[in-house]
Amino acid sequence: MAPLDFWSMLFVFMLATFVGFQVIQNVSRLLHTPLMSLTNAISAIAVVGSILIAGERESNLTTLLGTVAVAASMTNIVSGFLITDRMLKMFREKERGRKPPAGAQ
Amino acid sequence: MNEHLIQLSYFAAAVLFIMSLRWLNHPRTARRGVGAGVLGMAAAVVGTLMAPEIVDYKFIAFAVVIGFAVGVPLSWVPLTAVPERTALSHAFGGLAAGLVGTAKYIMWRQHSELTTFRTSAIALEVILGFLTFTGSLMAAGKLREIIPTRPITYRNQNLVNLSLLALAIVSGIYLGFVDYNYWPAYAALVLLSLIFGVLLIIPIGGADMPTVISLLNSYAGLSAVAMGFVLSNKLLIIAGALDGSSGFILSVIMCKAMNRSFTNVLFGAFGQVQAAKAAGEAKTVKSATPQDVADIMTSADRVVIVPGYGMAVAQAQHRVHELYDLLTKRGVDVKFAIHPVAGRMPGHMNVLLAEAEIPYESLVEMDDINPEMPQTDVCLVVGANDVVNPAARHDKGSPIYGMPIIDADKAKTVIAIKRSMNPGFAGIENELYYDDRTLMAFGDAKQVLGDVVKAVAGEAVAAH
Repeated sequence: MAPLDFWSMLFVFMLATFVGFQVIQNVSRLLHTPLMSLTNAISAIAVVGSILIAGERESNLTTLLGTVAVAASMTNIVSGFLITDRMLKMFREKERGRKPPAGAQ
Repeated sequence: MNEHLIQLSYFAAAVLFIMSLRWLNHPRTARRGVGAGVLGMAAAVVGTLMAPEIVDYKFIAFAVVIGFAVGVPLSWVPLTAVPERTALSHAFGGLAAGLVGTAKYIMWRQHSELTTFRTSAIALEVILGFLTFTGSLMAAGKLREIIPTRPITYRNQNLVNLSLLALAIVSGIYLGFVDYNYWPAYAALVLLSLIFGVLLIIPIGGADMPTVISLLNSYAGLSAVAMGFVLSNKLLIIAGALDGSSGFILSVIMCKAMNRSFTNVLFGAFGQVQAAKAAGEAKTVKSATPQDVADIMTSADRVVIVPGYGMAVAQAQHRVHELYDLLTKRGVDVKFAIHPVAGRMPGHMNVLLAEAEIPYESLVEMDDINPEMPQTDVCLVVGANDVVNPAARHDKGSPIYGMPIIDADKAKTVIAIKRSMNPGFAGIENELYYDDRTLMAFGDAKQVLGDVVKAVAGEAVAAH
């Protein structure tokens, strides 16, 4: 890998961390549990790396490792998004003149 | 052409992930956030499936099916079990990172493509991944109470643990800078990280689990970042950094809420020294019947309810909701005071109360409710204990000294529902219960609240 690549990745990491701090600090304290399950699902983006390894068929061993990794990440994605949504559905406002429940848009 | 499409899908995913977290800033837009997250994930996965390296979709499809088969039921757990589910998913995240790192090491070793940079990044990814894997499994076990929740300690614990971590790091450095191909060093690194994860978590007591979960969340995120460096994938770096910073912020909030430092949580073995102090002089408490409680609450103007995890254990949320409805209809102002560590993970209590259909406007953070406590007529404590213990303010000998608390003792009357006078989770005596203005309603929270609700409702009927 070219050294420039490393530096550009480090820049991306630095910027993303700052964005993360800013965005997360604004998350409603009410929603810290859904926040954790949502970031959990998002960081299961590791599925991307796992898919490449499982699909490359380099050797039986690496395919096995990749397949287990895809299954683990997929579990996080599916259960993470589903449970976050399930929890968020429960947060409702006071009934002032029959507003639709929170998040129904 | 394909390469551009793949990068475009990753780019879209990164934007959507950031927006997804941004929309969590208010409960009204939060579900849109989930939508954005799902869309981002779908874009990234579809993009990846277009990659030319993929020659066989069979195993991927198989793993995806497994993921759905396990993931869907895992999202149905009761909300009291959400902390365990979260810990378990941190474990899966760590496992995936560790396995991908290992697979990459094997592939590059085979093709003699290892470099110092690649090997070091893999070492970092694998250490973080595998320690998160076993550490989170331990945390899940403690939350589920399969593993004893009290701290498990042994002689020279911190020294042993840190030496293990140091050895793992040394193996990583050896691989990166001396000999890429020396696989026993790689195996040692994996094994040491797995053991270190276990040993790191077992000395930590149940009361510290909210901090530990947040910290493991951060590690899981960082292992995804390291994977991004290994695979030169910027989307992984961004998503991992978002997760890592989120976990870090939550751990800081949890530590502040307990007046502890990271090192203290990780190396302090909290909640084990108390037993000797428990033998105290006999003090008197005033007790109250559910009818008394109902009378006091219906004649109040302002009521603050302090819920704790005990409320959820007793399944009393729905009784609390009924009481909330009855009192609110009578014009009593009812609010809930939420301590940041109420429950077993950050924000847990809010979710439990939301499930009981209590509108979120009535859930008030500790810092916002405390100034109102002196004007509060009745403070009802349900299943909370340490977070309302005034000893945290003045008793330097108490293990919770300095921890910010909800000022329940400043209310005009305090009513505490408790099973018995046994000290709580952390084993600390609570002087609030012996205060002159405190009434104790003894019994199972669900039972007691049910009787209170009946008494309040009965009165309401009689008044008409």
